[in-house]
Formats: sequence, C-alpha cells, structure tokens
Amino acid sequence: MILALILLLPFLGAFLPTLAEGRGRLACALATALAPAIAFGLLLSEAGRVFSGEALILYQPWLTELGLNLSLRLDGLGFLFALMILGIGLLVILYAHYYLGRHEAAGRFFTYLLLFMGAMLGVVLSENLLLMLVFWEMTSLSSFLLIGFWSHRRDARMGAGMSLTITAGGGFALLAGILLIGHIVGSFELSDVLAAGDLIREHALYPLALILVLLGVFTKSAQFPFHFWLPRAMAAPTPVSAYLHSATMVKAGIFLLARLYPALSGSDWWFYLVSLTGLSTLLVGAVLALFQTDLKGLLAYSTISHLGLITLLFGLDAPLANVAAIFHIINHATFKASLFMAAGIIDHETGTRDMRRINGLWKYMPHTAVLAMVASLAMAGVPLLNGFLSKEMFFGETLHQSLFGGFNWLVPTLATVAGMFSVAYSLRFIHDVFFNGEPIDLPKYPPHEPPRYMKIPVEILVLLCLVVGMLPAWTVAPLLASAASASLNGLLPEYSLSIWHGFNMPLAMSTLALLGGLALYAARKPLYAWFDGLPSFNALMIFDRAMTSLVNVARRVTRALESGSLQSYLTWVLALALLLVVVALSPLRVLSGELQMTPPDPVTALGLLVLLAAGALTVVFHLRYLTALAMISVVGLMVSLTFARFSAPDLALTQLSVEVVSIILMLLALFFLPLRTQVETSSLRGLRDMVVAVAVGTLVAVLAFAVLTRPYETIAGFFLANSVPGGGGTNVVNVILVDFRGFDTLGEISVLAIAAVGIYGLLHGLHLPHPRRDYRGQPWSTDSHPMILDVLARTIMPLALLVSVFIFLRGHNLPGGGFIAGLVTAVALVLQYISHGVTWAESRQPFSYHAVAGGGVLIAALTGLGSWAFGHPFLTSAFGHFHIPYIGELELATAMLFDLGVYLAVVGATLLILSNIGHVSQAECEEVL
Amino acid sequence: MEALYAITLGVLVASGVYLLLRARIFPVVLGLTLISYAVNLFLFAMGRLVTGAPAVIGKSTEFADPLPQALVLTAIVIGFAMTAFVLVLALRGMGELRSDHVDGQEPRQ
Repeated sequence: MILALILLLPFLGAFLPTLAEGRGRLACALATALAPAIAFGLLLSEAGRVFSGEALILYQPWLTELGLNLSLRLDGLGFLFALMILGIGLLVILYAHYYLGRHEAAGRFFTYLLLFMGAMLGVVLSENLLLMLVFWEMTSLSSFLLIGFWSHRRDARMGAGMSLTITAGGGFALLAGILLIGHIVGSFELSDVLAAGDLIREHALYPLALILVLLGVFTKSAQFPFHFWLPRAMAAPTPVSAYLHSATMVKAGIFLLARLYPALSGSDWWFYLVSLTGLSTLLVGAVLALFQTDLKGLLAYSTISHLGLITLLFGLDAPLANVAAIFHIINHATFKASLFMAAGIIDHETGTRDMRRINGLWKYMPHTAVLAMVASLAMAGVPLLNGFLSKEMFFGETLHQSLFGGFNWLVPTLATVAGMFSVAYSLRFIHDVFFNGEPIDLPKYPPHEPPRYMKIPVEILVLLCLVVGMLPAWTVAPLLASAASASLNGLLPEYSLSIWHGFNMPLAMSTLALLGGLALYAARKPLYAWFDGLPSFNALMIFDRAMTSLVNVARRVTRALESGSLQSYLTWVLALALLLVVVALSPLRVLSGELQMTPPDPVTALGLLVLLAAGALTVVFHLRYLTALAMISVVGLMVSLTFARFSAPDLALTQLSVEVVSIILMLLALFFLPLRTQVETSSLRGLRDMVVAVAVGTLVAVLAFAVLTRPYETIAGFFLANSVPGGGGTNVVNVILVDFRGFDTLGEISVLAIAAVGIYGLLHGLHLPHPRRDYRGQPWSTDSHPMILDVLARTIMPLALLVSVFIFLRGHNLPGGGFIAGLVTAVALVLQYISHGVTWAESRQPFSYHAVAGGGVLIAALTGLGSWAFGHPFLTSAFGHFHIPYIGELELATAMLFDLGVYLAVVGATLLILSNIGHVSQAECEEVL
Repeated sequence: MEALYAITLGVLVASGVYLLLRARIFPVVLGLTLISYAVNLFLFAMGRLVTGAPAVIGKSTEFADPLPQALVLTAIVIGFAMTAFVLVLALRGMGELRSDHVDGQEPRQ
C-alpha cells in the first residue's frame, strides 16, 4: 500500500502548486514540496526491507486478458532510482524557487515538474512492463512540457519538439519490443520476465525484440546517433536540465538496461550492440564537450559521454561491470545535478551562458566557484571524489573483456582517451569560467553570489560527492549492493569499494587520463582552431529537413487518397469491401447448400422479374429524374408485394405506406433540384463503375443464394411460444416490437425523431430559388389546388384516420400496429397539405409536430419506466382483457400505450419532415404544396 | 425460387451501386434507396422464404420467422428517415453551395 502511495503522491500533489500560486511564491514552492517530501519519507521507511534483499510487490489485476495489471515493485534498483527521483527532485524544487523569475508561471512549472516526477516514479516502480511503458510515454510528454516551458522562445519550442519526436519514436519501438518479450514469455510481469532469460535468449525473435528495446533505451538515454536532441533540450530552464538531464529522464533508458539485464543480456547481440553504442557515445560526447562554448552545452555533451560510459559498462556483460555501471549512475547524478545548478546560478547572475564572455568569476562569487570546482573535479575523476571510484572500476572492467578478439586493447585505450577529454572539458569548465582573465561584456555586471538558500541544494550534492568519494563503504555501500543485486537478479559479485587498491592498471589509466587531460587543455588553442575549421554539422537543420520531407510525403499520400471526390472514396470503399468479402468467402467450395429449393410459382416469379426489371430500368432512366422516380416506385411496390407473398403482412403494409411518403418526399425535392439530361462521366469511368457495380451485385447474389440454401438455427421458437402467454398478443412481429425488443424500438423511434429534428434544423432559414418552368420548359400550372383533389382529400381524411385507428388497435393480434397506423395517418395528413397548401393545413393543425414526435418518444419511454413502479424491469408489459360496452371483449396491454408512443413519433416525425420541405419555397411566392 | 430471389437482390444492388457512384445527388439518393430495398429483402430472407405462414398465432400451424421481420420493419422506417435526411442535406447543400454535385462544387473543366 505504501508503494502505491509513493507513486500516487506526486500525481495527487500536482494540483497543489497551481492552487497555491495565488498565495505567493513561497507557498507555491512549499505546496509543491509537500507530496514529494511525504513520498520521500515513506520510501525511506521501506529502506530496511529493501536492503535486506526483499522485493516488495503489489499486485492489482486490471486488464488481465491483455496482460496489463496495476502491479508495482520496489526492490534495490527501484529504490535507488526512486531515491534519486524524489531526493534530487526536492532539491530541484528548492532551487527552482529561487531560479524562476517573479513574473514566471511558477504554478504551471511545478505542476509539470510533479507530473514528470510521478511518471518517472512509475517507470522505476512498475512491475508490469506495459504499465511501465505507459509511464515511459508520460515522461516523454511531461518532459516536452518542461523543456518547452519558455514557450515564447523558438529554441525552446524546437528543442522540446525534437526531444519528444526522438524519445516518443523510441517509445514506439520499445512498445513493440515489450510486446515481443510478452509474447515470448507469456506474461508482462517483471518477475516472470526476469526469470525467463534463457527462454528469451533462445527464442528466434530475440534479436528483433532486443533491437527494438534498445532503440527505446538509446533514444531516451541520448546514445549516439540519437544523442543530438539532448544539447537542444538545454533550452529548458536550468532546474529542468538539472533534474531531467542529469538524474532522471536520460537515466530512464539506462534504468531499463539495468532492469532487463537478467532477461536480455548474456548474448553476443547484447554485447556488441550495447558496448559499441556505449563506446561511440562515450567518445563522441567527451570530444564534443570540450569544444562547446555554451556552459550548458558542455554539460549536455558531458552527460552524453557519461551515459555512454554507463551503457558501455552494461554492454561489457560482466557482473562487476554491472556494479560499476550502477555506481556511476549514482555518482553521475550527484555531480552532474550540482554542476547544472551551478551553471544555472552563473547564468542567473551574469545573464549569459557563453564561456567566451564569462571569465574570472572567482573574484565575484567564490562560494559558488568552490562548489562548482569540486563537482567538476568529481566529473573529471580526481581521487577522493566519487567520480574517481566508479571511473576506476570502469577502467578496470574495460580490461576484462575478450569478445573483441585481436582488438581487445582498443577498448581500454579508447576509454583512456575519453577519460583525457573528460578531464580536459572539466578543466575548461573550471578555468574558463572562474579564471582566465576578466569577464567580457556581461549583460549583468558585476555578478554576485546568489541568495543563500539557492546554494543549499548544490552544497548538499557536493557534500555527497565528497562523502561518497572518501568513505564509500560507510555511505553508498548498502544502496549500491541492493541495487546491483536487484539488477543482477541476486547474483552479486565480490568487489571492494576502497579508495586505494595498490598500483595497478586502472590506477595507471586514471593517472594517464589526468595527465593527458592537462596536456590536452594546455594545447586547447590550436585544438579549438582545428575544430572551428571542421565543416559544421548542424543536427537541428538535418533533423528539420528530415521532418519536413516526412511531412511532405505524408501530405502527398493524403492528397492522393483524400482527393475530395466522393465518387473516388466510394469506389475505394466498395472495392476494398469487395476484396475482403471475396477473400473471406474463398473457402466456400460449393455454392448451393443442402436445402431443397422451393419450386417457383409463375405469379411470384413474374413479380420478382418485374422487381428486377424496374431496378434495372431505374439505372437506364437515371438521367430522366421523373421517369427514374416512377421506376423506383415500382420497385418499392414490388418489394412490398414480395413481403406479402413470403408471409410478412406487417412488412408489406409498412413498405407500402413508407413508399407513399418516400415518393412524395422525392418529388418535393425534385422540384428544387436542377434537371440534368447529359451524361457527365467519361465512358471509361462509366465502365469502371459498371464493373464495380456488377461485381458487388454478383457477390450479393452469390451470398444470398448460398445462405438461402443452407439450414439455420433460429431463436424464433422462444418468441412464438411466449408471444401469447408473455406478451398478450398473437401477432408475434408486433409483440417483438413493442414488448420483447421494446428497448430497440424505443431507440429506433428516437432516431426517427432526431432525424426529423435534424431535418428541421437543416431546412430552417433555407430558401431555394423557385423554378418557374418544368423540365420540358413548360410553365408550372397556376392552379395549385386542383378542385377534384381538394374534394377527395377532405373526404378521404376521416376515412383514413378511421383506418389507421383500426390498424393500430388490431396491431397486437393481427398485422398492423403503431408504425403502420402512424404512416397511414401521416399519408392522410400529407394529402391535405398537397391539396390545400401549407398555409391552409397549418392553420388547422392543433399541435406542433415537434411536440407530437417528442411526445411519442416520451410516452414510449414513460411506459417503459412505469414498469419500475411495479418492481419490474424496464419495459415489462402487463395486459388484461376488458369488456367495453358496444365494442365488446378487448384486450388491453401496456404495450399498447407503448405502441401509441410509436404511432405519435412516426406521425410527428414524418410530417415534420414533409411539411418543412414545403416551407422552403414559401418565402418566394406561391406555394408548392 | 431462391435462385431467382438471389438474382433479383443482385440486380437491385448492382443498380444501386452504379447509381451511388454518379456525380449528381438525385441519382445517388435513388441508388441508396435501391440498396436499402435490397438490404431489407436480404435481411428478411435470413428467415428463409416461406409462403402462407404469417407469424400470427392461431392463423396457421407453421410460422415464418418473426424476428427478421421485426428487425426489417423498423429498418424500413429508419431507411425512410435516412433517405429524407440525405435529400434535405442535398437541398441545404444546394442552398449553400449552389451545386448539386456530390463534392459540393462543380467539377473543374
């Protein structure tokens, strides 16, 4: 539980700084520190159990089918990293309080910082690899926000964008790698993965999984050739650099190397990939660091170089090298964080980070100078400081590898060369900044010491460098032992942490590095000149160009696919659907199934042929809209007869009445649409469309035939058996609609009402030009209300309403029901509009159609809710038989009330649609309807 | 009978798809309507083709499958709402864009 709390606290506390911002800057910083401080205390309370070698695991199942669980793990390795994240995090908060300007949004900054802290804790405390990946991505996102904190600056935005692109790209590879590992092991839990090292290494997919995971690691930890984002990220405020780019973010990749060490290491692949990447990064970083003129640039390249050193150690694939790597992680975090902070102080007090201008600061800020110098010497690997110890272990380990065969000597040699450069750039940091004459043209002059408390975090870290450097066995030993043991899965080698090991090769290499570094720095002037003469290599420009061309390719692909032509989209969709169905159907060997076909009777066959012909004729006449409309109405009619023929009287009635309203609707729309008589498409396109159409049609025919000739299982038996006892009606189709599947019907009438309201909205305020002549060029008849129709419509109205009442009432037991009755009523009303015009009809209309449609849905819903009052589930119907005078025995069911809702919704929606189209032309002059 | 029924569906779909690929809105609406007829007939036929057996208890001894019928009944009404919506959308498009081309603008010549 404590484990979960440690992880949750920074997230919970992330809101505090923003809330406390109004109460002053100090309150804001204190509110920020609250959550990490508690978490830090909780973490320390677990130290005893962790140092005894125990791994605390909290397992909470989440999406177990996907292998994703909320499981956490605290062992030595996680403890070490959590300690750095929280400890250095607290120091950074104190430091940032003084660093940020009065006008800067401290609340936002601290919120980002806490989010990042939580994400980082998630990475190091996750037991589940997928969960870890989620936090991994969160670190990329929150570091993007932190690096781009000064969003008004272009370099900050570019740097943030670049770091996000590179690390998130790596995260993508890591995701794939972890999925592969999970596939191999069958679990994403670390305990299972770490125990399955042999299984993973022997699997055929091991090299692929390893490369993908390493891509994630190398991008995150700024390894060559992905290192270039780190110097660009120096545009971040310095507290961010001190936190992210010394101890946490860039160490996340290294952490993963240490974490997955038992699972992935121990193969040639691991050795060559990791050690060579580490070695090249070590060299590139160390050399380039010497030639930086920007204070933070020097530190950034030195960080790259040290990260390379740690990676190389992991790559050497020996238990002792692993210990050295973890030791160097600790040491690098302490001296680099303090150096970044010192650099920030200098930047803060002088207004620049250019080492060509910052000189001789010893005179102005001696206190800061001492701190920075001690930390730089630790970085250089000078004895009695922590950097010396781990560097000497590193030199020792480079001698103990044999996989490079005849080139084995190359590794220690290059390591020593890198050590020389490391000493040289450390010297440059000390000499250039604090001595080397007087400052030149500083924006802030004279510089002076920062506020007292701003130096506290630096002092604490420098003190750690000294104490660890002099008394390693008394300070860092248990932390290192438990972390290394966790990384090595419990197999801790023998090692000694003392300062003096006698005269040996590593000591000689250290000495050589120190002397060589001095010599290099002495020869700096010709070296700088040589470096300036090199062709400039602007990583940002190359990256920019790569991104631009990527975006261009994406744009071109999008433009090709998204041409803006509906016709081409539809062709693509249909062709693809065709392909998928054909592939899915390819196992179908025999077209016809085992069911006997029913013998065709002449009348039905003739009906189907008429249907078929009318469908085809619609296409033939599609340029003559009115004729095509007549054809399609024949199709509708024949469809309704087909339903009637094949035992579906309800469907036949519905189709028939819908047909009437649809055709009226299309006629109305046709009035406004321009008539076309010419073929618009080229014959090639017509041919292509024809091919697609015939292919789709054939496929549907084949599919229909194959299905129709095969037996099937149905759940109809349930409905047929329960219709009368359960629903109180003999018309099973209607009982299904209003009772068994009442909820569906409720949804459907809601859709109908929504469509009607949507149409009302679309037509609102729309005025289309009123055509004066029809498609033959003849003027429209001025007699908009023909006498015969007028008289007939009035006569038919009451009759039609009576029919609809009849259809409604019999619906539960015989073909009919709310849908059909509603449509019949709607047709009768529409007839009044046609014969008398909109104005006449609307003046006699008692309710607004919105209210009718909405009321219908409401009644249906309330009927459903009513059953709650009797303790039954939603839409349970009740029914009974009643004797009503003059009418006789009648069965009434609550389902009938529901059907009334359906009826009203259908009437309201249909008329809302049709009457509003009539309005479109009204504003112009005479009425259409 | 099943063969003829399947062929009819095929012709309806083919006609519908061809019209769906036209450039002007009205044929497209006709195409959609044809396709929805075909879809309704197809769904309905999932209960197989039975004659003289409406699903009304007491009227006969054999019953056609009532479930596809119930589904298709609502589909018919919703299909009408959809056709109406597409048509009105086209009208609105006419009003706003002065074009009945499916892309909302007259093709470049």
